[in-house]
Amino acid sequence: MNLRVSTGPHLLTRENTQTLMLDVLIALAPTTAAGVYLFGLRAAWVLCVAVVAAVLSEYIWQKLMKKTVTVTDLSALVTGLIVGLNMPAGVALWIPALGSAIAIILVKQLFGGIGHNFMNPAMFARAFLLASWPARMTSFLLPERLLGASEAAHGVDMVSGATPLVTNARNIPMSDLLLGNIPGTIGEVCKVAILIGLVYLLVVKVVSWHVPVFFVGTVALMSWLVGSDPLVAILSGGVLFGAVFMATDYVTNPMQKIGQCIFGLGCGAMVVIIRSWGNYPEGVTYAILFMNCLTPLIDRFSGRRVYGMVKKHV
Amino acid sequence: MRLSEIGVFLFFVNAAFSNNFIFSRFLGNCPYLGVSTKLETATGMGVAVVFVMGIASLFCYLTYEYILLPFGLQYLNTIAFILIIAALVQFVEMFMKKSLPALYSALGIYLPLITTNCAVLGVTILNMNSGFNLLESVLSGVFGAVGFLLAIVLMAGVRERLESSDIPKAFKGFPISLIIAGFMSVAFMGFSGLVK
Amino acid sequence: MSKNSLRGVFVNGIFNENPVFRLVLGTCPVIAVTTSAINGAGMGLAATFVLIGSNVVISLLRNFIPGKVRIPAFIVVICTFVTMIQLLMHAYLPSLYEALGIFLPLIVVNCIILARAEAFASKNGVVASAMDGIGMGIGFTLAMVLMGSVRELLGNGTIFGVSLLGASFEPVLLFVLAPGGFLAYGLLLGIINAIGNKRKANRSNEEVKAA
Repeated sequence: MNLRVSTGPHLLTRENTQTLMLDVLIALAPTTAAGVYLFGLRAAWVLCVAVVAAVLSEYIWQKLMKKTVTVTDLSALVTGLIVGLNMPAGVALWIPALGSAIAIILVKQLFGGIGHNFMNPAMFARAFLLASWPARMTSFLLPERLLGASEAAHGVDMVSGATPLVTNARNIPMSDLLLGNIPGTIGEVCKVAILIGLVYLLVVKVVSWHVPVFFVGTVALMSWLVGSDPLVAILSGGVLFGAVFMATDYVTNPMQKIGQCIFGLGCGAMVVIIRSWGNYPEGVTYAILFMNCLTPLIDRFSGRRVYGMVKKHV
Repeated sequence: MRLSEIGVFLFFVNAAFSNNFIFSRFLGNCPYLGVSTKLETATGMGVAVVFVMGIASLFCYLTYEYILLPFGLQYLNTIAFILIIAALVQFVEMFMKKSLPALYSALGIYLPLITTNCAVLGVTILNMNSGFNLLESVLSGVFGAVGFLLAIVLMAGVRERLESSDIPKAFKGFPISLIIAGFMSVAFMGFSGLVK
Repeated sequence: MSKNSLRGVFVNGIFNENPVFRLVLGTCPVIAVTTSAINGAGMGLAATFVLIGSNVVISLLRNFIPGKVRIPAFIVVICTFVTMIQLLMHAYLPSLYEALGIFLPLIVVNCIILARAEAFASKNGVVASAMDGIGMGIGFTLAMVLMGSVRELLGNGTIFGVSLLGASFEPVLLFVLAPGGFLAYGLLLGIINAIGNKRKANRSNEEVKAA
């Protein structure tokens, strides 16, 4: 008989990294499909390049460092897909490739691989690219479906526009905000698809409700306090996408429920602060990155010892 | 960024976040990298810096305004400030040892290190260059140091977490700490432009 | 001191004990002013001037300074040279003076300079101390130029203002912004460590073979 000797917690679930990542991929499927449908084949190319670059980066690094190659755990694939979904659809293809390489090598592998990065790799990659090539990262395509028949007839398929955060979002019908008929990154525009993904993640218990609810709730409340329409504030930028897929990253948010509530609250507050008074029209990226920095402290002060943290015996 | 124009709160946001000493002024890196392996020691260092930067700002302002300026000795500011800081640190250490032994046992070991913390001399020179008055100088010293405290505590939190991580051998220690600092500096870019 | 060991003192500061990449001392200016190669060189040379000057004077005075007040005395000496270079640069190189900003007076608290005064100049003769100052200064300057070149090349496509990567290169702006200083320093330091480790491993392999 095979007896396993281990220290607590003695929780045995069928979940390992691969099944977990598979669930995240399923949750991302509606968003991915919606993005490709809205922005056309160009978006599919961007996503492909990002995914391939992420998986290749992980494979090459692990080969070079003579480590076990773990690309089959799908985590690199998920990171690559999220990097791609954070891009404008019309971006030059070397940008998602570079973004994925940064996310995998600089943020994840350099810190010891999966589970050891303290920042969300896709979010850092986005911030890096945004700071380096601001024009390329903020020229958003209008979804092809938004164009009228006359413009489509003229073959105008690379029209760029500002996100509703920059233009006046009140003029856009609610249905367009919900379905994603607005300019933005590939993943953030279609709110319905993101919500379907969230429901799936909650049902299979891959994420708990604390971070997304506190994140989005704080954005709504604070936007209302500073005098803008809370619903438009949630639906017009990257808040929902960030709250569901990036802020819920296991590795970079707190372990305890109370810590996750604080994390969500902090993210939401910082988003509204940056949108209202900062240099950038959108603050989701910086909000999540800043709260990632706070996570170790939140963990430490939200009570119990962190499970599984064993000092290395040298 | 005058206090009278933006108010105490924004003055604080500017000194501690938007123009953080570590992430956008690049002052005080040696203790930031050197004393940030443990959360307790990092906190001790940070609090000691708050203490010293506040007092140093006060005394350097008084010296500049009432001694150097009236006698036309402005070019001696660097030498005057560094001597004041060195003397102050000595004095604070002796005073603490006698009167506040509990605080001394917590912060004492960090005090001598602070003399060469360039954030302290840096803030006094910045105050002088910005033409701050007494209150502005002291507040900018204390608030700036709170930003340093925040930065070093965040760094210590992350470094403690990474203790058991398999970081490539060549990157252990200073290199990975600098890269962490770079990541945090990216996150702090979100605070830029908050105070206009 | 023999010629051989003088050369050892000189080379020591450039490679084995390079203040920036080996000792990791005085890191603030390394991150702050290296947005271009020329700024790095300017800062490096200013620090070299102060290092040589303070090393020589402290070495001359080493038998007259009482041990108890030696640190404040060293600081006064260092500060004198810092004030000199400040006034000189303000007069003759105003644009560099502006670019280096507050980091010029802050050479006073640069750990490298006080560390050399304490560890070397206060214990050695004038010639050796001058040599140590020159070696350390050149080591610091080379490191600053390396950092400045890497950041300028990536962030602007140029080194010392000379375009190297062609018109189609789109600069990685981040490298001339605040985070770029930390990232470039961390990555360079890691790479230099990796090369050092490899050479050490090779050498010990050879020793094993020889034995």
